[in-house]
Amino acid sequence: MKPGDELELRVTPDRYLTVRYAGASGDFNPIHIDEEFARQVGLPGRILHGLWTMAQVARAHTEALGGPARLERLSVQFRGMGVMEHEVLVTGRVREVGADGRAVVDSEARQDGRRIVRNGVAEIRA
Amino acid sequence: MSVDTSAIGRTYPPSLYAVGREKVREYAHAVGETEPIYLDVEAARAAGFADVVAPPMFAVVYAGSALAPVMFDPELALDFAHLVHGEQEFRWGPLVVAGDEIETTVTVRDIHERGGLGFYVFATESRNQAGELVCSGTWTDIVRPAQ
Repeated sequence: MKPGDELELRVTPDRYLTVRYAGASGDFNPIHIDEEFARQVGLPGRILHGLWTMAQVARAHTEALGGPARLERLSVQFRGMGVMEHEVLVTGRVREVGADGRAVVDSEARQDGRRIVRNGVAEIRA
Repeated sequence: MSVDTSAIGRTYPPSLYAVGREKVREYAHAVGETEPIYLDVEAARAAGFADVVAPPMFAVVYAGSALAPVMFDPELALDFAHLVHGEQEFRWGPLVVAGDEIETTVTVRDIHERGGLGFYVFATESRNQAGELVCSGTWTDIVRPAQ
């Protein structure tokens, strides 16, 4: 890993993704699984769980690193609404690599050009 | 919109989560993981782990199970219909594997209002059966005013 190295991950959540993720994660907030409820509270419809999208950001790192052991820290901000059946594009770029081999990676996730995760920062163990 | 900040600093009793092999696999599938150490016991053992490895973001399962009852604390009175996840941070220690028992404590780190929105910040600390800190999390939820 060296400064300027890039990582990328593309994934398109299918229309039942939020139902499976709700079961897998335990987050059954109806804004993610109930179309009518989501609209009633002013959303365009069911939206992706932010933590599913963050998991895609994490996966972009761990796949690039060849496994999970070196991912020490990840922070993100969720903005906008992720939706199903539209491609999520995760991009990252190595900001710096220390003399000790530790690295910092900046990342974000976009959908149709809109950022749904921003200010992603990962710290990578040597 | 005014927020009640009286819960700042409150810590809740620890909550125990037993990490199951099929739960790890279910989670890994739901987030699109294909790495064999998350899915295949033999691959995990060949890589030196006792059982399948939980992807780092599996923290949402063991720490989230401790956080959920806190968020339903009637004294917090969170308006779920208008709640969105604003920010998240995780810092990871040793990897979690199926068979681990993870104890998580939750603290209300901050509650404040900004720009008409309510911000609720929760901190979680999760330790395995050996007492090692496997994950600390900072969860920021934002509540929009009801229309």
